[in-house]
Amino acid sequence: MVRREGNSSRLKRFSVLPGFAVTLGYTLAYLSLVVLIPLSAIGAKTLTLGWEAFWSAVSTPRVVASYRLSFGASLLAAGINVVFGLVLAWVLVRYRFPGKGLVDALVDLPFALPTAVAGIALATIYSANGPIGEFLQPLGIEVAYTPKGVLLALVFIGLPFVVRTVQPVLADLERDVEEAAAGLGASRWQTFRRVILPHIAPAILTGFAMAFARAVGEYGSVIFIAGNVPMVSEIAPLMIITKLEQYDYAGATAVASVMLVISFILLLIINALQGWMQRRRGAGG
Amino acid sequence: MESRTLVHPGIIADESPSTRDPTPVRWALIGIALAFFAVFLLLPLLTVFAEALRKGWGAYLAALTNPDALAAIQLTLLVAAIAVPLNLVFGVTASWAIARFDFVGKRVLITLIDLPFSVSPVISGLIYVLLFGAQGWFGPWLQEHDVRIIFAVPGIVLATIFVTFPFVARELIPLMEAQGWEEEEAAVVLGASGWQVFWHTTLPGIKWGLLYGVILCNARAMGEFGAVSVVSGHIRGLTNTMPLHVEILYNEYNYAAAFAVASLLALLAIVTLGIKELVERRVHRHSSPGSRENES
Repeated sequence: MVRREGNSSRLKRFSVLPGFAVTLGYTLAYLSLVVLIPLSAIGAKTLTLGWEAFWSAVSTPRVVASYRLSFGASLLAAGINVVFGLVLAWVLVRYRFPGKGLVDALVDLPFALPTAVAGIALATIYSANGPIGEFLQPLGIEVAYTPKGVLLALVFIGLPFVVRTVQPVLADLERDVEEAAAGLGASRWQTFRRVILPHIAPAILTGFAMAFARAVGEYGSVIFIAGNVPMVSEIAPLMIITKLEQYDYAGATAVASVMLVISFILLLIINALQGWMQRRRGAGG
Repeated sequence: MESRTLVHPGIIADESPSTRDPTPVRWALIGIALAFFAVFLLLPLLTVFAEALRKGWGAYLAALTNPDALAAIQLTLLVAAIAVPLNLVFGVTASWAIARFDFVGKRVLITLIDLPFSVSPVISGLIYVLLFGAQGWFGPWLQEHDVRIIFAVPGIVLATIFVTFPFVARELIPLMEAQGWEEEEAAVVLGASGWQVFWHTTLPGIKWGLLYGVILCNARAMGEFGAVSVVSGHIRGLTNTMPLHVEILYNEYNYAAAFAVASLLALLAIVTLGIKELVERRVHRHSSPGSRENES
């Protein structure tokens, strides 16, 4: 009765449900108004700059240093998150221990806690008389107001991504494969490396890319602990704010457009990774 | 199952000896995980409350009832009250279009909806400065008509709508896609109107996912810092939201007051996580009873 296979030349397959035109129309209009048109302002403004102005804005040593810190610290933070995120996901899926429910619930804290709150809390903890800072100080390790502080805040902010992408994949993993590997004489470590790791690799990569993408743009949680010393601990988003405060709209836009292009490339990579993950999960059961 | 876990602490009942990690490895991994958890998650949360109450309850309450703090709380509530409903309506509408119909370009549309998540909060604020700021596209026109958007409340609302844009849609789309549309088609064939189908067939199935999306959207709307910081102008008592007020107090070395206001936002985060737990439990009980037994 319901004709499912529509005319192949039509853009939409036939359905008896109402509201397609209205809901899609509203979706496209709201999306354009709130997201697409405002975002295109960056592109339009960048195009009016001209190559010389653009290049001189993004190639000053201070801006280059901020890019280096933002991308370097984000890469390192995402790497740290892969290691500890994997341990957390493994422990949460495989083991039973007191406080497990609390750990599982609080993993999402960096998503829920406003970044400014996280920022002042981390700055307090690692400052010279904070609960951790006071022990690091005698050892000559300074974290707050140095690039190490930036790294620490980015580890905090990216923490949930790897855990939450790996956890469901690990929970889905059939135990018989591991039993078969053990039965064939593989050690536990061999089983992990040869059987489990390849299975969860796409999830790890996706989590890594998401944590990295988030860290590159992060502002609130970093700004309080970074100290914001020019050439040393200034992140790229701070350079945009600094230029805006000097009414240098063109410079701010140029710095932002470089970050936007990199973010979009990351978004495409994450989408491709997620597609790969879905196909693997679909095929592998 | 409970008694077996008492005999072998740290071991989940359904595993066979061949897939069990050696005991030292178990304890080492649990130790690393708990240490990481304590340092990176628990300590920051506890620090907020400890610092807030360092000067006692009197100072805590005084910081919260300060006129500037009250104005910041009011503005934060106002901004969330505008941004969240708008993105709720959008999220439901977009999920209906995307999860109930097949059309060309659907995946591209989903990617575009996620776009605000991959834009730095600072850039989210910058785009509105470029549009409505004094040197912006509409700047001269707005000045002529004496409309203030940047460094005023409308700018804060716009930036908040942008950063919270995807939350409801991204919760609902996968949920509604997983549910399929057979029941709704049946309702339509039986003569129900579009609204009736939505209220009586769709909504009961998505209400928990919808609640979770709204809660996340609200948490971000109230807690957004970077985007709002760019467009606000930081005018005390007028364009300061709670996170911006926290920043001002902290930069004035008024730590106890800064953490007092921050503690309200931390409470909001705890409530958000609590509701998330509740929703997840409900969703799992309804969709696949017992399938996640290993995990809890």
